[in-house]
Amino acid sequence: MNCTSLRTLVVTLTLFLGFSSGMVSPLHAQNPLAPDGLKVGDQAPDFTLKNVDGKLVGLRSFVDSKGVILVFTCNHCPYSVKYEDRIIELHNTFAAKGFPVLAVNPNDTVTVPEDAFTKMQERASEKKFPFPYVIDETQIVAKKYGARRTPHVFVLLRTRTGWTVEYIGAIDDNPDDASKTESKFVEDAVNALLKGTKPETATTKAIGCTIKWKKG
Amino acid sequence: MIVAAILFSVFSLTVPKVTLADLEHRFASGKDTTYVVNFWATWCKPCVEELPSFDMLARRESGNPVVVLLVCLDAPSDLNAKVLPFLRKKAFACETVLFAEQKPHLWIDKVDPSWSGAIPATLFVKNGKRLFREQEFTQRTLDSTFTTFRDHFR
Repeated sequence: MNCTSLRTLVVTLTLFLGFSSGMVSPLHAQNPLAPDGLKVGDQAPDFTLKNVDGKLVGLRSFVDSKGVILVFTCNHCPYSVKYEDRIIELHNTFAAKGFPVLAVNPNDTVTVPEDAFTKMQERASEKKFPFPYVIDETQIVAKKYGARRTPHVFVLLRTRTGWTVEYIGAIDDNPDDASKTESKFVEDAVNALLKGTKPETATTKAIGCTIKWKKG
Repeated sequence: MIVAAILFSVFSLTVPKVTLADLEHRFASGKDTTYVVNFWATWCKPCVEELPSFDMLARRESGNPVVVLLVCLDAPSDLNAKVLPFLRKKAFACETVLFAEQKPHLWIDKVDPSWSGAIPATLFVKNGKRLFREQEFTQRTLDSTFTTFRDHFR
């Protein structure tokens, strides 16, 4: 076997192995903008972020709750807008039962001026958000949790020692028409937790807007 | 030929509805063809920004076994009001289809398990090999990803 054909063989084998075994190759490098984040069952870390009323809010603000419906959402994303009324409804249904909503805007406001803090204040006031709407300026919370899109929901259960993640994913199965929804994932998950059981469906995926990460 | 294609696409613009099974069937029967499948929507700003790069790729590869397919995720009810006017204005050379699948939580994983569901997202397919990217492309990153992928399976 001459040098050229040996090299061809080595390259071919490397490519073959690379593609079939998921080895790190240029084509397999994970998107650096997609953090690993939390999984169902993990401890959820606390944080402190500024609410639209100027006060600091974190999980510790909810020590009297049974849990929290943490929603990564924003002003500009049409999918977030489609879900705004449904997020308000979730809060109105479940806050009194011990699962209030906490909405977090994770977007870089340089990339999306529409998601700036003052614009969040305007939106919260226009829509009369009954829940805190906080800004994750450093994006550390979104990265720690592994939020990938808006809207992206994490249902957290308060335990003796902290908070656990019980559900990650979509609000329901029909972004376009709330009246045609067949599965209300967050509602079902919270109802299961209120009954002392685990959500039957603990993770789902949905179409949404990418989180706009800070550049550089 | 490109001019003819553009004129054709402007005047007889049709956006057929396809299912994931339709797409998979097409990948399976398109021996040696490299498919570049971009998931986008008219409401998605970064998607709209990167579409011209896909159009440029389609024009450059015209005549080669390359299919650049824009899979639109707008609601079917927005086809006439939003999707068609947008496409008429842009006059892209690439084929566009409207995704007819409901219930995203059931099909996102089937496109690729690593996909969170955020768009834009792009799938490259050739001879059963797949590469999935949940990211925004520039002309440069799209061209290099495409070329590397296609040439690996030459």
